[in-house]
Amino acid sequence: MELNGAQIVIQSLKDEGVEYIFGYPGGAVLHLYDAIFQQDDVKHILVRHEQGATHAADGYARSTGKPGVVLVTSGPGATNAVTGIATAYMDSIPMVVISGQVPSSVIGSDAFQEVDMVGITRPCVKHNFLVSDVTKIAETIKKAFYVATTGRPGPVVIDIPKDITAPDVKVPYHYPKKVEMRSYQPATTGNKAQIKKAIELLLTAQRPVIYSGGGVVLGNGSQELIELAHLLGYPVTQTLMGLGAFPSTDKQFIGMLGMHGTYEANMTMHESDLILAIGARFDDRVTGKLDLFCPYAKIIHVDIDPASISKTVKVDVPIVGEVKLVIRQLFEGLKDAKYKIDKKAAETWWQQINQWRSIQCLEFDRQSIAIKPQYVIEQLYQVTRGDAFVTSDVGQHQMWAAQYYPFDKPRRWINSGGLGTMGFGLPAAIGVKLAHPNADVACVTGDASIQMCIQELSTALQYKTPIKIINLNNSYMGMVRQWQEFSYESRYSHSYMETIPDFVKLAEAYGHVGIRIDKPEDVRAALEQAFAMKDRTVFLDILTDRTENVYPMIETGKSHHDMKLRVAIGTTTDRELS
Amino acid sequence: MRHIIAILMENEAGALSRVAGLFSARGYNIESLTVAPTEDASLSRMTLVTRGSEDVIEQIIKQLNKLIDVVKLIDLEEVVHIERELMLVKIKTADKMRDELRSVVDIFRGKIIDVTPASYVIEMTGTSDKLDAFIATVDKNSIIEVVRSGATGISRGEKGLHL
Ligand SMILES: Cc1cc2nc3c(=O)[nH]c(=O)nc-3n(C[C@H](O)[C@H](O)[C@H](O)COP(=O)(O)OP(=O)(O)OC[C@H]3O[C@@H](n4cnc5c(N)ncnc54)[C@H](O)[C@@H]3O)c2cc1C
Ligand SMILES: Cc1ncc(C[n+]2csc(CCOP(=O)(O)OP(=O)(O)O)c2C)c(N)n1
Ligand SMILES: [Mg+2]
Repeated sequence: MELNGAQIVIQSLKDEGVEYIFGYPGGAVLHLYDAIFQQDDVKHILVRHEQGATHAADGYARSTGKPGVVLVTSGPGATNAVTGIATAYMDSIPMVVISGQVPSSVIGSDAFQEVDMVGITRPCVKHNFLVSDVTKIAETIKKAFYVATTGRPGPVVIDIPKDITAPDVKVPYHYPKKVEMRSYQPATTGNKAQIKKAIELLLTAQRPVIYSGGGVVLGNGSQELIELAHLLGYPVTQTLMGLGAFPSTDKQFIGMLGMHGTYEANMTMHESDLILAIGARFDDRVTGKLDLFCPYAKIIHVDIDPASISKTVKVDVPIVGEVKLVIRQLFEGLKDAKYKIDKKAAETWWQQINQWRSIQCLEFDRQSIAIKPQYVIEQLYQVTRGDAFVTSDVGQHQMWAAQYYPFDKPRRWINSGGLGTMGFGLPAAIGVKLAHPNADVACVTGDASIQMCIQELSTALQYKTPIKIINLNNSYMGMVRQWQEFSYESRYSHSYMETIPDFVKLAEAYGHVGIRIDKPEDVRAALEQAFAMKDRTVFLDILTDRTENVYPMIETGKSHHDMKLRVAIGTTTDRELS
Repeated sequence: MRHIIAILMENEAGALSRVAGLFSARGYNIESLTVAPTEDASLSRMTLVTRGSEDVIEQIIKQLNKLIDVVKLIDLEEVVHIERELMLVKIKTADKMRDELRSVVDIFRGKIIDVTPASYVIEMTGTSDKLDAFIATVDKNSIIEVVRSGATGISRGEKGLHL
């Protein structure tokens, strides 16, 4: 079969099994758009801003495990995509971004709409390519998908000069079934000697804890994690990115850890003598002050990326490998081990943990006449029977969604953790809804974040992706305001927006349903009404308590056992156990 | 500590900038860096001299290995190795000084490769330390120009760094 460059790109995507491309046209990709026009196997979703394309592809990827695909033009199209590429990079999301480039003959001459896309994205991609020849397109696309989806996943950019996709140059087409790269061989199973050491530690620990992260979601290791945790009976805490991989309603789950983690999770970490870290990267939001991090614990760390291991926290037993395979190895090893878990120690440990739990650090004022954001999330959980896909933006609302919506399945909680990108939630929800047309999809957002990609409301109408936007409107950049309250004596510098738009009218202007809620007693009914409108996007503008804060909180420079709680419980003393 | 890292990488456009970019983005220090093609045209070999604590060096090596274009690397500090650097030095030579300078060059096993009535160009190879030592022995004011290639290195014995 002889095809031109543009046809090869589209045919390769089809052969790769790509369902959707999220994109926006322009001069450098006109040949590609012409090829898209002449087929309908690969569906193109026209967004309203290239940032929206990347986040929508990202939401699609996070909710399915399949790579998200983006197409943008050169210059401003390419630079607009960078925020979304960096967002995917920080959270290790598989994505392939095709950017148009000026014709090869004028590269380097400051041609119209020329930017060095390969150079600009180098620090925020797993890898990138500049295609120099039409005969190399298919192989490059195969490599891009292979690199993006294997090992530690991540975004890959393919920059294609316009002449390479020209209609008049036809070459034989063949899409490789497989590629091998001598310089790239992702890890699989863990080293046997290390597994043995880990098993010994797991069986002799007195105060163990499992700390699992986004890697378990990315590596589809949820089932294995559940089995391992149940075999051991140890407490499980998860990072913001890991939520759902282990069911939040399981009694072994002690909540999220870190800056806005639960009291019991952080105290358990602080007092533990053994941490089994799985697919988590000891982020600073999780560890707090490094020299005070888990002073009594030995650490086993399972991760596919050797560079994640001992990067910020030195570990005792590093295990490089796929979560799924390594957890299985641990599981088998534990079952065959001669000696058994110290039941008595485990009992004492759980007593201690339950005591921490009894503080009920997530309780909030239920009598309030203002709408409490936590209450809204609880109601959202009930109305969707805990089974919705929830995307979020960045801020207080994000933390409340994470704390008050107990996710029981992986890939249900879709948020930007590593880069913390405001504007992520709405386009991501569109990507999720396209992938799961029959599921409930909610976007929990804030009055500031939603305005960063609000234009995608138009995309939601065009492609009939009925999502429910839950705007926790506190008329503040709440998260910024909270930090200013705690650390800058309430000098609210530029964290207040004096001209917040009428979101109800705005939603209506975009062709959707808008509802404003300002009384706690109306929240439930409004949510029910919104989710009952199966074929409409509904914007719920919920006016919440303006000065509510996220608790617990570990302030900068503090450690796990030094949390700011809603209700003071006296100082939490170190070594309460001994 | 000072480490010499030898890297085999795909001979692709932009491979060098991936390494340089990694070092600047992560704040690692580069003392010197040399790159050239190898006997295998699809590979180029880079030698990089860096300094850092053991933890930092461990991260540098992991991060380098993570670059898709890096095929293989070795920290020469971990093995018995030979290190060489090439230096060319242009020195002003007053008449009386010429003999003395020639004997210093001999002691350091350098060569004088260009001579004018007022100057010498000296070629010298050796470890970076040895080149430093030579520079320290000549009068600072007489030095017109110094160029150094940066260190390269190879392990001793029959084993080599290849695919
Ligand atoms: C406002 C705000 C507040 C936040 N507060 C908190 C907080 O209180 N608590 C919290 O936890 N986070 C918080 N975060 C998120 C935080 O910034 C990090 O994004 C998060 O902690 C990282 O999660 P993770 O460690 O699970 O790593 P991820 O970023 O999910 O990384 C996954 C790890 O798993 C590895 N991996 C990937 N695939 C595999 C595989 N197949 N097999 C094995 N390993 C694999 C990767 O190499 C990587 O090391 C906050 C973010 C924001 C924006
Ligand atoms: C693109 C971007 N710019 C700035 C920030 C810093 N920031 C983090 S949270 C936040 C405020 C978010 O306000 P809002 O969306 O109203 O959420 P709230 O905290 O009020 O729930 C800001 C400005 C960011 N994370 N992303
Ligand atoms: Mg707000």
